[in-house]
Amino acid sequence: MSRKKLSRREFVAATALSSAALITAPYVRGAYAAGKLSMGFWDHWVPGANSASTELVNEWAAKEKVEVQIDYITSQGNKNIVTIAAEAQAKSGHDIFQMPTWWPQANAELLEPVNDIMDPLIKLNGEVNGTVKYLGQADGKWLGVPASVGSQIKGPCSRIDLMKKHANIDVQEMYPAGGPPKADNWTLDTFLKAAEACHKAGFPFGIGLGETSDSVDTAGAIFQSFGAQLVDAKGDLTVKTDAVRQSLEFYKKLLAFLPPDVAAWDDASNNKWLVAGKGAMIMNPPSAWAVAKRDAPQIAEQCWTHGFPAGPKGRFAPYLPFFWSIWSFSKNKEAAKSLLSFLSQPASIEKMVVASGGYDLPAYEKLTTLKVWEEQGPPKGTLYHYPNPYKHQTLSIAASPAPPKVAQQIYFQATLTKMCLRYYQGESMEKTLAWAEGECEGFMRS
Amino acid sequence: MVDVAFQSNRTAAAQAARRRVGLRNALRRKSMSAFLMTLPLILLIAVLVIYPALYSVHLATLNKAMTKFVGFGNFEFLFKRDTFWLVVKQSCIFAISAVIFKALIGFIVAHFVHNVPANKQRKWRGMLLVPWVIPPAMSTLAWLWLFDPSYSAFNYTLSFFGIGPIPWTGDAMWARFSVILVNVWYGAPFFMIMYLAALKSVPEQLYEAAAIDGANWWQRIWYVTLPMMRNIIAITTLFSLIVTFANFDIVRILTAGGPLDHTHIFATWAFRVGIEGSDIPLGASVSLFMVPILAVAAIFILRDITKRGNES
Repeated sequence: MSRKKLSRREFVAATALSSAALITAPYVRGAYAAGKLSMGFWDHWVPGANSASTELVNEWAAKEKVEVQIDYITSQGNKNIVTIAAEAQAKSGHDIFQMPTWWPQANAELLEPVNDIMDPLIKLNGEVNGTVKYLGQADGKWLGVPASVGSQIKGPCSRIDLMKKHANIDVQEMYPAGGPPKADNWTLDTFLKAAEACHKAGFPFGIGLGETSDSVDTAGAIFQSFGAQLVDAKGDLTVKTDAVRQSLEFYKKLLAFLPPDVAAWDDASNNKWLVAGKGAMIMNPPSAWAVAKRDAPQIAEQCWTHGFPAGPKGRFAPYLPFFWSIWSFSKNKEAAKSLLSFLSQPASIEKMVVASGGYDLPAYEKLTTLKVWEEQGPPKGTLYHYPNPYKHQTLSIAASPAPPKVAQQIYFQATLTKMCLRYYQGESMEKTLAWAEGECEGFMRS
Repeated sequence: MVDVAFQSNRTAAAQAARRRVGLRNALRRKSMSAFLMTLPLILLIAVLVIYPALYSVHLATLNKAMTKFVGFGNFEFLFKRDTFWLVVKQSCIFAISAVIFKALIGFIVAHFVHNVPANKQRKWRGMLLVPWVIPPAMSTLAWLWLFDPSYSAFNYTLSFFGIGPIPWTGDAMWARFSVILVNVWYGAPFFMIMYLAALKSVPEQLYEAAAIDGANWWQRIWYVTLPMMRNIIAITTLFSLIVTFANFDIVRILTAGGPLDHTHIFATWAFRVGIEGSDIPLGASVSLFMVPILAVAAIFILRDITKRGNES
């Protein structure tokens, strides 16, 4: 049996090769060298909007060598918030979850702080509005990155023809496409007179007074326009104040001019009201207009989205942001942060906004004048003022500035609309206020 | 000495043999094989029912942030809330009235179907079961459109007779009526099919004897049909009471608890508080409040059934 002898040179060469292979191995990137990342994104109602997110995520994944899995979770039947509750309980699930309004605060202890990516993003894209800070920050810690996808303002969507004919208001002149608003006279008094005139003409404003989000958001903005808060930022009860009384009095007058069944309205009722051509105004993001464009183009041609009427304490518009949050139990936090940073680049945001037909609103101030809102129509420019390009109204959420965990209860228990309804149905002012105070006391439990 | 050692070996061998025989016998016993065959189901129930039930008991004892054990603190808090007592009242109104009407309608319809000639019964049974076999979330959506505040098909029809518009879901009284009506529509076929099965098992001779005694139709129902159906009525009522108390989908889709919380029942209120309000311990406490109520009802009804079983 012959045995080959290893020369000294061969030994040195083999050792050098093996060492080089071992040292460089971690830097040779395979298809998914940077691991896996799963995300639960909100399932957009606009056809095709999800694909923009998918393309962006895939583009990032190919560059970063990360294996990604996207689940689009609908908010129909609250499936997204049920999933959030389940993942929070199980401390397992997606790495990133797109959470609506109150959920980052509700799960603050279970979320990874993202200050390290938020600070550069704010420098790049501009400051975020106060509601984003209120909902997205706890003790200086960012609980998520504001997502443009799904974020919306629920301002007035008026019928140009009916408002002009019956209320003598030219909404296009008040909010011209391409120019700043000339809406100094657009106050709650003008709004009330217009509501009365349109009601008399048989086209009442379609503003709900039910227990779902659209009804609560409108009530929230009107209460804030009067400076009314049920609980203040410190967590003190402020129900029995003149501002709350004024808001209830205003709503009592307004309710007389609304359709008689608004107490039973849900978030679809106002959309149907506008698309069916029954009313002169609703408070909604442009989804109702988009449906009208498809199903009733003659109605869509007469729709104009604009700012909220101002009250004695300012002009407030309901704003509902989404956040991309990273669970603290995520196994790939660095990759998650890298993805969220990529999705928040101006080009990515613009791509998603365009895919949503202008429905989605970026939270950053430098990104409220994208071309898409200028171009959308018919009528052209109908969405120009939708993203609040001139910051002429304060974007807010109902029940703020109460501590978010208390405000969430006020919001979902629809305390504001219930107060308005109770008072309208004949309950005395003091009894209504006492009821609301009792409810808010209960919401403060820890 | 030898004798003792020999005895010891023999005992050990006998014990081992006895154990083998014992295991074989145990496996041969019908109850044991039945237990083994149902074991997968028992495990499934343990995982999907018992564990979540115990977990919800655990949740109900935590504070809102779920960081501290508070014992019955959540229940004490609930007992002080007016809205909670409103929900208790409504749940009772909803469940009791819906079960009474379901039982009554089921009983009457079962009699009609029972009197239909045998060759046509299958068709009728099939048609009458339709509401029960459609998933309630789907059928309630259809009802929602019928009751729609602005475009109600019912109101449209009633307008031809100069009636309405009726605020089906906008007024507290009408909203309660609407949710109960849909629940009755959905659940009555279950009672009908159960009662129909019970009616078929009543011996014809009893009716013949009653007829000979000169009993009228009411006396035949009161003295023959009802006593013969008592057990099935009791079990059906108990089952339906539990299911109706725990109902969620009908109220959630039709009114979401409104107007002014006047149609909230335990499950919808628990969802509002626990999931939408992010107060999971309080939501768990609301849903667990049903347990003692239903347990008491179950004990009374099942005791009555057992008593009658022993008597017969």
